[in-house]
Amino acid sequence: MKKLSARRRHPLAAVVVLLLALAATGGLYAVFAPADKAQADETAQSLAIDEGKKLYAVGCSSCHGTGGQGSSDGPSLVGVGAAAVDFQVGTGRMPLQQPGAQAPKKKVIYNQAQIDQLAAYVASLGAGPDIPTKKQVSPEGADIAKGGELFRTNCAQCHNFTGEGGALTHGKFAPSLEGVSPKHLYEAMETGPQNMPSFPDTTMPEKSKKDIIAYLDAVNSEKTESPGGLKLGGLGPVSEGLFAWIFGLGALIAVAVWVAARTAKAKKS
Amino acid sequence: MSTENTTATAAPAADSRKKAPAGERVADWADGRLGIYSLAKANMRKIFPDHWSFMLGEICLYSFIIIILTGVYLTLFFHPSMNEVEYHGSYVPLQGQLMSEAFNSTMHISFDVRGGLLIRQIHHWAALIFLAAMFVHMMRVFFTGAFRKPREVNWLFGFLLFVLGMFTGFTGYSLPDDLLSGTGVRFMQGAVLSVPIVGTYLSMFLFGGEFPGGDFVARFYSVHILLLPGIMLGLVVAHLILVFYHKHTQFAGPGKTNKNVVGMPLLPVYMAKAGGFFFLVFGIIAAVSAIATINPIWALGPYRPDQVSTGAQPDWYMGFSEGLIRVMPGWEINAWGHTLVLGVFIPLIIFPLVLVAIAVYPFIEAWVTGDKREHHILDRPRNAPTRTAFGVAWMTWYFVLLVGGGNDLWATHFHLSINAITWFVRIFFFAGPVIAFIVTKRICLGLQRRDKDKVLHGRESGLIKRLPHGEFIEVHEPLNKEQLHTLTAHEQYEPLEIGPTVDENGVERKVKGSQKLRAKLSKGMYGEDTQIPKPTAEEYKEITSGHGHH
Repeated sequence: MKKLSARRRHPLAAVVVLLLALAATGGLYAVFAPADKAQADETAQSLAIDEGKKLYAVGCSSCHGTGGQGSSDGPSLVGVGAAAVDFQVGTGRMPLQQPGAQAPKKKVIYNQAQIDQLAAYVASLGAGPDIPTKKQVSPEGADIAKGGELFRTNCAQCHNFTGEGGALTHGKFAPSLEGVSPKHLYEAMETGPQNMPSFPDTTMPEKSKKDIIAYLDAVNSEKTESPGGLKLGGLGPVSEGLFAWIFGLGALIAVAVWVAARTAKAKKS
Repeated sequence: MSTENTTATAAPAADSRKKAPAGERVADWADGRLGIYSLAKANMRKIFPDHWSFMLGEICLYSFIIIILTGVYLTLFFHPSMNEVEYHGSYVPLQGQLMSEAFNSTMHISFDVRGGLLIRQIHHWAALIFLAAMFVHMMRVFFTGAFRKPREVNWLFGFLLFVLGMFTGFTGYSLPDDLLSGTGVRFMQGAVLSVPIVGTYLSMFLFGGEFPGGDFVARFYSVHILLLPGIMLGLVVAHLILVFYHKHTQFAGPGKTNKNVVGMPLLPVYMAKAGGFFFLVFGIIAAVSAIATINPIWALGPYRPDQVSTGAQPDWYMGFSEGLIRVMPGWEINAWGHTLVLGVFIPLIIFPLVLVAIAVYPFIEAWVTGDKREHHILDRPRNAPTRTAFGVAWMTWYFVLLVGGGNDLWATHFHLSINAITWFVRIFFFAGPVIAFIVTKRICLGLQRRDKDKVLHGRESGLIKRLPHGEFIEVHEPLNKEQLHTLTAHEQYEPLEIGPTVDENGVERKVKGSQKLRAKLSKGMYGEDTQIPKPTAEEYKEITSGHGHH
């Protein structure tokens, strides 16, 4: 005891006491807190969160803030959910290369494990939509025609009839949906990235999302057939008009020049 | 038929008692009833001059014929009805969707009728090419001054064909009742609605009630396949008759005068050429149609007024009207419980003005020059700088509006802001034609100067000669007589002078305002700095006599 009392005025005493108190509180909390999750999952999850936090601190915090609270350069990530992270980072949109009207799709720089860790960390900041399961996004068994109708009603005004993309104001745009994975399509509908409105399950049920994914799979993927020949971008009359002028009329005028140049010579007639 | 005619004239001399060959008997029979011999005599040796640009009109004619042929085939399968049906054809992504019979039958043509899609695509591609060819043909006539007396009426016929072609195209584009064309029809209905006072009544009349109603496809159908093509066919025939009657124009050259036509006879040369060219045109259009999709209605889906897609544009020939509406600020005047939608109504007013601007130019030019002579020799565009500059300014205007019509695709494909493009179009709607006018005129004058130099000093030979005292000169080769004639054949107008308005006794002479305007325009078109005086014979003699160089 003497030893202890002799050191109680030591400059580090307060720190030691504080540490002990914290450890005691933490320990007591750990003992008495309701154990609502499976233990193994818990540790894996918290490990992922920890790893995600590290990745976050390096790659995201300069704009979104050290705790995901947001800053003048980036929105708050509290409550955006794992699905948003999986979409934005999984399509290369985040981390942002440069400020601009909109983050374009680019090379993905994290691997899927890291993306999952980031997603786990961001999800830990506040409740939000989860990454959909394989079964949720699979176009199998969905109604393609119904999906087309839904697509034309909700999506085509920005993304074009078959999802070729379109322009929005001030340099913003609705990107082409060609080659976007079903999971990312689903997440985009759920979270509404960039300038897109979100379509949560309350406004667009899971079944409808699947229908839309199936429609896009049918009309805008590498297995889509184009019965009329070249699609010309699927952009409508502007590209058709250009084609008619350049290749149609262009070829006809070339032929006219050729025919006119090959005339019967005057001496023959 | 043509060969029978020639044998008919040659055979009787040989043996009149021998029974004539069958061809000759048929020809005789026809001549007795139709008078084909005199017709053939008058027209078979009709001379046409040779130049590739004179075949642009042929492209128009042939694509028109192709459109009629394929259109007839399409009518066999198309149902112009807006009754709602459920789709059960072979295209999977639309299975079970509700659509109009018009859309359903177009889907049927595209997927289930033998050759249907190809014919549909030929019909549509040919329509785009028809309009494009008419545009280029019209510009050829404009820039070479081929619209001058006696061809003013034919210019108007051609212009009318272009405008009717636009509307025939628009009504045809609307028939499948797909999401794209339905949006186009809605656009048109919006324009009709913007007309003050009568707009709503007109719209109700056109659509038989509220938009879209159940009538417009059937109505557009009879307009598209009967009314407009009927008028166009009549105009095409009249256009061709006038071409025959006036005889074809030709470019200046040795032996070519205002009173002759130098070229090849219709038979056999042009019959073969034109016949062959028809098949080339048909072949190219068919190849284009086999290679590239046009109007993929299966991807667009059936029209529903509550749906819309981005990239909803009309076919190219209506694109400038789309541009007008896209760049117009959304102005509105609300007063006494009524709304005047200037944002739509002003574009609706400018739409015909854009077209009329080019159509009336020939008449303005004729009025300013007061030239009542016939002109069968074409101008080189550079020798009519004001006219050429006006034409280029008009085309710039038209093109700027086309850019506005496709502003979203310019934005996405060039990574630009759509707002910036809209502002570009707004500014260049006014500034573009002015800049184009000035630049074109300078280029024309520069080319005239070069022609003058060539006439007076000859062609630059590229040979450098050193003179005994050390000076280097380039040897110029004089042009031959033919080239000299071609470069100096054009006429140059003098600007109109009103003359003194006060005579020697101090009495004022009244000059009408219109005459003052005419003099002013004339000065602007033919006065100082609008043309380089072409070299005179004296100038030429003075320079070419004596010294070998200048």
